[in-house]
Amino acid sequence: MILDYEIIGVTVLWTFLYLYVIIASIDFGAGFFNFYSKLTGDDNIISPIIARYLSPVWETTNVFFVFFFVGIVGFYPDTAYYLGTTLLIPGSVALILLSIRGSYYAFNSYNTESKLSWSALYGITGLLIPASLSVALVISEGGYINETAAGIDLNVEELIFSPYGWSVVFLAIISVLYISSGFLTFYAAKAEDKKASNLTRTWFLIWTIPTLVITQFTFLGLRQHNYEHFVRAQDYWYLFGLSLLAMMTAVFLVWKRRNYGTAFIMIMLQYGFAFYGYGISKLPYILYPYVNINDAVVNENMAFALTVVFVLGLLLLIPSLFLLARLFLFDKDYVKGKKKY
Amino acid sequence: MDEVLIGRVLTGMTLGFHIIFATIGVGVPIVFMVLEFLGLRNKDAQYLTMARRIAKGYTVTVAVGVVTGTIIGLQLSLIWPDFMRLGGQIIALPLFMETFAFFFEAIFLGIFLYTWDRFKNPWYHWLLNIPIVLGSTLSAVFITTVNSFMNTPAGFDFEGGEFLNIDPIAAMFNPSTWVRVFHVVVTAYMTIAFLMATVSAVKLLRASHKEDKTYHKKGLKVMMSIGIIMAGLTILAGDLSAKFLHEHQPEKLAAFEWHFETEERADLVLFGILDEETQEIKYELRIPWALSFLAGNSFDTEVTGLNDIPEDEHPPLIIHYFFDLMVFFGMYGFGIAAVYFIVKLTKRWTKIHEYHPGLLYMYALAGPLSFLAIEAGWFLAEMGRQPWIVRGYMRVSEAVTEASGLGITLIAFALLYMVLGVTCVYVLLRMFKGRSAEEDKLNWYGESGIVSKGEGGRLP
Repeated sequence: MILDYEIIGVTVLWTFLYLYVIIASIDFGAGFFNFYSKLTGDDNIISPIIARYLSPVWETTNVFFVFFFVGIVGFYPDTAYYLGTTLLIPGSVALILLSIRGSYYAFNSYNTESKLSWSALYGITGLLIPASLSVALVISEGGYINETAAGIDLNVEELIFSPYGWSVVFLAIISVLYISSGFLTFYAAKAEDKKASNLTRTWFLIWTIPTLVITQFTFLGLRQHNYEHFVRAQDYWYLFGLSLLAMMTAVFLVWKRRNYGTAFIMIMLQYGFAFYGYGISKLPYILYPYVNINDAVVNENMAFALTVVFVLGLLLLIPSLFLLARLFLFDKDYVKGKKKY
Repeated sequence: MDEVLIGRVLTGMTLGFHIIFATIGVGVPIVFMVLEFLGLRNKDAQYLTMARRIAKGYTVTVAVGVVTGTIIGLQLSLIWPDFMRLGGQIIALPLFMETFAFFFEAIFLGIFLYTWDRFKNPWYHWLLNIPIVLGSTLSAVFITTVNSFMNTPAGFDFEGGEFLNIDPIAAMFNPSTWVRVFHVVVTAYMTIAFLMATVSAVKLLRASHKEDKTYHKKGLKVMMSIGIIMAGLTILAGDLSAKFLHEHQPEKLAAFEWHFETEERADLVLFGILDEETQEIKYELRIPWALSFLAGNSFDTEVTGLNDIPEDEHPPLIIHYFFDLMVFFGMYGFGIAAVYFIVKLTKRWTKIHEYHPGLLYMYALAGPLSFLAIEAGWFLAEMGRQPWIVRGYMRVSEAVTEASGLGITLIAFALLYMVLGVTCVYVLLRMFKGRSAEEDKLNWYGESGIVSKGEGGRLP
């Protein structure tokens, strides 16, 4: 069976975006919780654990994002024109936040002593980055871009007063806190650090209710904003149902203080089902109504070359990522922070 | 300022800032790879300490390199959307490959930095250098192919404003790729070797820690050895570039050299001031016939002059100054490394040894001047491509975004780079201030200095 390039392209990109959402959420949330625990004086409990996880992996996180936007321009060059033009300001804001966060994370980690103001810089920007990046997803729903003879422009007013837009922004922020607290609970439990895992467990349980509420709001917002898409999403109701089920399982396990690892896998599934459900129901549009995957895909030769490179690249990356995970995620001695390391 | 100019200034600023960190990113892994090798082979904890201290500083610069690289990657679509729409059909492949190379490097760099002394056999740790060096160098290679494509497009048919019948591989390995990749990679290695030599020289001049003398002397020797090899290769690369330009981008070479009349036996113009109206050059240093020789290894080579090139395709003539700076500063590094070795070999007879303070001051200049040469070289390459964004197919003025708000974006990014630059320098200075290398060595490798399993693994 021969797959079409447009399907390959969109699947690859969506998968990388999904992975970025999970990994970046852990990263950004950990930065924020690190800052928060400094404010509340719990940093001696949780900061070492956060640092042990983040230090070796933070660079890799960023690459998932670069991979996504290089890929989307590669497979669908038209998106560079539409999204590039409309996102000049929101995109630049996201870039500046991303730069502050990445740099100050490193500055603070490798400085002789950590500064509260620097922790604040990367903790707070970390929450705002997903919010500013999610604007791109909002715009892709259509209705915010006007195409005239002179070119295209973004209807900023429409965007600022859009309930759907705001619901997505809050969804991004709350998801970061929810996902990362779930992961940190697992990581702290792995380190057999009772105090730390109790603290992170509390954080996680606090963020479950807002997560539920905001997802409902986002659906309602979508209904109001792009009814067609909302209707199509209902065709995939089972994906969203599975997502809810996974969430229930995760919350139950954490509540019962059991199987934190399984609980985190459930959180990943919860976001996975929802994310793919949203993505599939969006098809064939990447940017409604200007860019759709059937007529905007890059030329045949390039699509073939990109696919080949992608497969070869994965053959190289998967073992490497596996090695990274084995050394810093699943190495008991490392996670516990044994003196040896 | 009009939109096109703002877009150009913003892109130039981002790249000018990024290239500092990108050069460090490409060059430093080679340096700690060599040092760790020497340390393990000679069982010398001083080399290992040096590798580790450099790697520690490197983490901070990598962070800034990563974020500025992300900025330029996205900024291309934000500021030049039309270019990416057209070019995306063709430059997607090397951009994608660059991401993979960088991914590869990022993963192994994380492992490398946090597994010192974690392996029973220390050579396993050294092996981690290989993917890091490969990844960092290959990302430079792939991204340079993109830039080469913009200078000498190839691998497509152009019909009705679209690229058709695309051959991605031919586009990647376009005529200028080989020369430019070679030039970019060796200059990065050279610059970092000299940068580290600068550190050693400054430390020897201002010995805040007396016990580190031998350590810094060792460092200087290694860096000068790497430096002279790379500087030699750089000169070769520069010569190949001149010949290449003569063949493929004559307008660029002519603008470098203020060469107006097409003629044989063309003179090479160094320095000087130009009156653009009359095409009169004053105060210059002329080397008769040298330009012809540079362009084709013979004094009879006919070199195209600017007057034979349409007026609206002239690159700005200011680039001649950048050319002079690049060549002069690039040669400085080679010269100073040569001086180091000559003095070292002849010290028996001259009574001057290679650590004479006067010489140390000269070594100390090598690093900063090499960086200036890199900056000058990129300004030269990019301004020499004007007015084209894809030479011969798309002008910069056709590619700039229609969105409003470029001005404010420019200001915001200028502030960002200032803040990042200042903090980065501050953190690096703080990192090594008051910590002598000997102290680190004791920390990491104990009294005996025997290289075996110590108490390491994390960057303390």
